Amino acid sequence: MADNSIEVKGLYKIFGPHGEKYIDAVKGGMSKDELNVKHGHVLGLKDININMPSAKIQVIMGLSGSGKSTMIRHINRLIEPTVGEVIYQGEDICKMSKADLQQFRRHKTAMVFQKFALLPHRTVIDNTLFGIELQGVSRGESEERAKHWLKRVGLDGYEDYYPNQLSGGMQQRVGLARALTNDADILLMDEAFSALDPLIRMDMQSILLELQDELHKTIVFITHDLDEALRLGDRIAILRDGAVIQQGTGQEIVLHPADAYISDFVKEVNRGRVIKVDTIMGSGSAKSDLTIESGSSLENAAKMMTESEISAVNVVGANGNLGHVTMKTVIDAMVTPATS
Amino acid sequence: MGLKDILPEVMTEFPEMGRSDIRDFKKGIDGAFRDFVHDYGEVIENFFYPLKMFLSWFDRLMLSTPWPLLILVFAILVWLGSRSWLITIGTVLSSLLIGYLGMWEDMMHTLALISVSTFVCLAVGIPIGILMAKSDRLQSVVVPVLDFMQTIPAFVYLIPVLMLLGIGKAPGLIAVCIYAMPPVIRLTDLGIRLVDKDVLEAADAFGASGRQKMFSVQLPLALPNVFAGINQTIMMALAMVVVAALIGAPGLGSQVLKAVNNQYLTLGLMNGSAIVAIAIVFDRVSQRFGKRLQRHTETIHG
Repeated sequence: MADNSIEVKGLYKIFGPHGEKYIDAVKGGMSKDELNVKHGHVLGLKDININMPSAKIQVIMGLSGSGKSTMIRHINRLIEPTVGEVIYQGEDICKMSKADLQQFRRHKTAMVFQKFALLPHRTVIDNTLFGIELQGVSRGESEERAKHWLKRVGLDGYEDYYPNQLSGGMQQRVGLARALTNDADILLMDEAFSALDPLIRMDMQSILLELQDELHKTIVFITHDLDEALRLGDRIAILRDGAVIQQGTGQEIVLHPADAYISDFVKEVNRGRVIKVDTIMGSGSAKSDLTIESGSSLENAAKMMTESEISAVNVVGANGNLGHVTMKTVIDAMVTPATS
Repeated sequence: MGLKDILPEVMTEFPEMGRSDIRDFKKGIDGAFRDFVHDYGEVIENFFYPLKMFLSWFDRLMLSTPWPLLILVFAILVWLGSRSWLITIGTVLSSLLIGYLGMWEDMMHTLALISVSTFVCLAVGIPIGILMAKSDRLQSVVVPVLDFMQTIPAFVYLIPVLMLLGIGKAPGLIAVCIYAMPPVIRLTDLGIRLVDKDVLEAADAFGASGRQKMFSVQLPLALPNVFAGINQTIMMALAMVVVAALIGAPGLGSQVLKAVNNQYLTLGLMNGSAIVAIAIVFDRVSQRFGKRLQRHTETIHG
């Protein structure tokens, strides 16, 4: 399988007419406020280095104004960087010619937007095939491919509706189908589910995870919601004021928050769902008939033990017993530490 | 004792340019333009010749077609545009009434003039509007020109048009176009500029070229405004038929002019009403047609 990882190296973005003039000052430690007040330029991104793994979901999380939407737009260069590199398959996207960039956008990336950004004058099917129409795929073939993906996202039978006639959740399914129809290796999702109500958001997350199980695309997913980040992300990078303050797996971030800002964030998280049994298991096997697969969540282990009224469970992997957890260790780990 | 008595003369009497200087100034420009007409009149006339031929051909076509056939054609066109029986029947009845009252030929002249000038306005105006939307610099040049075209009294530009092209249908057509073209240019430009930025970003993200973006995103989404512009252009063209008659364009307008000159009240009212009837039909049909292209704005989901 081709390597579809994306490497972001030393990326800076300074908004304003002469961003490049202030790069050295920013590298030398000028603060965002100073740059803004004294020089009228806005620091968008500051020394971003992220290795986005191939065929995984990389979440970029941050609150509004953290630069996460600016970040994702550098991957298909909807925003020009001030300095830095975005490497994909050995090529720096930031140095591509206009024509190469157009081809890259057409064939290698597809994007899903927070506000859906569907074409209101086109029907659902015509929206879905928009990307491959731009590629020059014939009408017959593009219709067939679009129909296939509409079916996959559960919009069978809605082909001839206009976006206006659909609910927000359904419109975003069209957005997702449009991106998937492009058959690109990279899927960019800019707060794709943020505008949807909670139940529909969960639903869309499930659809995405289900599709990713078979498609194995490199997905870059932007969100401001930690629960969403933990549910979807194979890796998570947390952005604040345009800089990455921590990156790692969800479990790493929940267990070892890098600073007070992040601990504040993870305080409210359902740890039972994020932490894996492997992280807290003791060595050796326990006297118990229960077994649970390596990589399961604490929540599942607790549920299993409660249901069978047994207070220990063995963790097993492909090569047999790996260790065990008890009700006490599980609950200890699930309860948020009082101070951290 | 008024203020005038205290102030020095230079403040009470406007320091005008000398009388003979003004005369020379006017003479100079008039002479230069006359020379220009003398030298390039033919070139310009040749330039507009195809337009003149097109208008004459269309005019003759309308006049030589038997009236029942024409009314049928009107009815079909109106139906195709509006899909409304009411408007179609109204068109047929008013055409019959206009014909019955002896204004058939003049109506054909007017319709030919309006159709051809609208066609010219759209063929020239829409591309200008598109280019303007793409370039701020072009917009800053074109907007003052449009302001000028719309506000300068029509009689003023009739003078050079007359000097260049003489009296007849072609100068009438040009006068109408000068006045009627600005709305379609303005609203094409506005419509394209108002297209949702999010949708444009999506088009960019999927790798649309400039041309693809224009024809599959910007223009279709600008259509409501472009149609408002087309509608305004038609209305303004109709408003110009009397002025066009001043420089020899035949039609309902020239009858109105005759009525004004001779104080024929009934003749004026009849021809004026015929112009209004045509305006209403054009307006309703173009609006309905524009709306039908916007079916996607109907919402079922709130």
